[in-house]
Amino acid sequence: MSGQSAAKRRLPDLRTRLINPVLGKEFTLRMRTPRSMWALLFYLTAIGILAFGFMYIFRMDYGLGAASFDPGRSRTMFLFISLAQLGLIAFMTPGLTAGVVSSEREKQTLNLLLTTQQSSTSIILSKLVSSLSFMTLLVISTMPIFSIVFLYGGISPGQVGTVFAFYLFTMLAFGSFGVLFSTWMKRTMLSVITSYGLTLFMYGGTAFLYLILHLMIDSMTSGQPNPPGYSNWLGFLMGLNPAAALVSIFEPELSRSVFRGGWFGPSSAEAPIELWQEYFIVYSILTVIAIPLSIRHIRPVLKRKRKKAAGRG
Amino acid sequence: MTERTEQAALPAENSRQADSAGGSDRLMVEIRGLTKRFGNFQALKSIDLTIRRGTVFGFIGPNGAGKSTTMAILATLLAPDDGIVRVDGIDVTEDPKEVRRRIGYMPDFFGVYDQFRTTEYLHFYGASCGIPRAEREALIPQLLELVNLSDKKDAYVDTLSRGMKQRLCLARCLVHDPDLLILDEPASGLDPRARIEMREIMKELKAMGKTIIISSHILPELAEMVDEIGVIEQGRMIAQGSVAEIQHRLQAGRILELRLAGGAEEAVVLLEGEPHVGRVMRDGQLVRFQFAGGDEEQAELLVRLVERGVRPIAFSEAQTNLEDVFLEMTKGIGVKT
Repeated sequence: MSGQSAAKRRLPDLRTRLINPVLGKEFTLRMRTPRSMWALLFYLTAIGILAFGFMYIFRMDYGLGAASFDPGRSRTMFLFISLAQLGLIAFMTPGLTAGVVSSEREKQTLNLLLTTQQSSTSIILSKLVSSLSFMTLLVISTMPIFSIVFLYGGISPGQVGTVFAFYLFTMLAFGSFGVLFSTWMKRTMLSVITSYGLTLFMYGGTAFLYLILHLMIDSMTSGQPNPPGYSNWLGFLMGLNPAAALVSIFEPELSRSVFRGGWFGPSSAEAPIELWQEYFIVYSILTVIAIPLSIRHIRPVLKRKRKKAAGRG
Repeated sequence: MTERTEQAALPAENSRQADSAGGSDRLMVEIRGLTKRFGNFQALKSIDLTIRRGTVFGFIGPNGAGKSTTMAILATLLAPDDGIVRVDGIDVTEDPKEVRRRIGYMPDFFGVYDQFRTTEYLHFYGASCGIPRAEREALIPQLLELVNLSDKKDAYVDTLSRGMKQRLCLARCLVHDPDLLILDEPASGLDPRARIEMREIMKELKAMGKTIIISSHILPELAEMVDEIGVIEQGRMIAQGSVAEIQHRLQAGRILELRLAGGAEEAVVLLEGEPHVGRVMRDGQLVRFQFAGGDEEQAELLVRLVERGVRPIAFSEAQTNLEDVFLEMTKGIGVKT
């Protein structure tokens, strides 16, 4: 009995240590609103439609039964679902993070929070973690749909794990950008628009720019053979694209092809860096910059002003 | 309610009494040369203000005078551009976290988390202020009793009336037993009954020995509950002192009217340099000013003005009462900015 009561006593202590008040508040309030349930429903419906729709189209195209669904196609289906999920993450993450601070400012609850003992770091990280936890819940809830690919073979659990790790990293990176905009900008609407704009650029803009610039350079250097081993710097642009980075994990040829010098250049050139490696490095740096910037901006910088005043005096 | 709340507030009261016994003369708030600009607009112009521990200080001034800005700086929510701001001897720019531990801040406009129940709301802020759960369990019913919301402990915050939300926010300010309460227009937007309830709570907090800064743009709202008054207008402190002092000053001082044949602007400049002359106001060729001197000084003043080229048509004492004087001092009161 005493052991049980000791365990009961330890449990709240552990909870207090792991979940700070802001995080607890975010969890509670997020799960109390019906919007979260609707978001989960929308998300699962969307991913379900995409996955089952893709399976249906494949089977209709080949006119074959499930038994003949070969591993090669299963792999294509896996990539398709993975990319579809990445698209949904791109759609959801700014919406969940770009208002976390600015909405508190608009609801006039932020000043009350800022006069508590909670540090700026604790407030920002709690808000980021709570938003990402909900995103993680959405992504994990799609696991049964993902596991359909295991029925057909060709995909290892490790690969599924890699994709989920990639999702978590992408959510963290884009989530930290959303929190930064939310802290920086007074209005949630502006922050949300900026976050979606950045996400759209990273997903679509980088690919579009790559194609356009590639075609332009190609037309300018048409007929001039590239030296062996030449690599096209434009490939670095594609390393910023989350979809390209995800595909490059499973298709290393993608990295080589985007760094290849022109359409008619030598095909033997190796990629200076895998797209997913570049993606990981660049977005890690940006995340590491975005989070401290958010922390710095949530409260006024009092000490700097003090030094300035002292300097004048 | 008084008996119950006295019991509820016992721990806090004891600590306050011990504090006040040891250091009632200690300054709880010290502001020297505080300046704050928002772009080209200078919100505070070198404000000086001191408030002793245990004082209930009424901060009065029209909308846009700088009350909320001063309070936000005290609450570490705004950085001062210049000057020194100390709470209980701690500089707000040096150790804001320690300042936050000592203050309970209630802004003029605030939001609440509607999906929380009232007890959850207070638990959240209590936890955010570092109060262990076991202590909060004992404290929160007392706080709800103090603000007369015990019967609403399980109600969702969004079901509370505005007055109840104001009281809940006040309970939130008290959750960590702060030494200083900064209450920015706590009675604004409340109906008369809710105002009376708020005033009763203020009296109880005063009895508990809290130092309270309470702002308002309505003098009668503050007059009966505060010990000291500070009057701020257009970013400048134009008067500060105990209620008795201010009343004495205002009653002792007179408002004189000087009607001129011309040159009112020059007369204002001359008057501002004269002894015994306080605030000077001009309305066309009519100049009104506070005068603290006696009949002899008044006569001498008139002679000096005439010698310097001022051409009076009439020079007399204006018929005013205390309220009129306050209205003159805080000209612009009630005008939304």
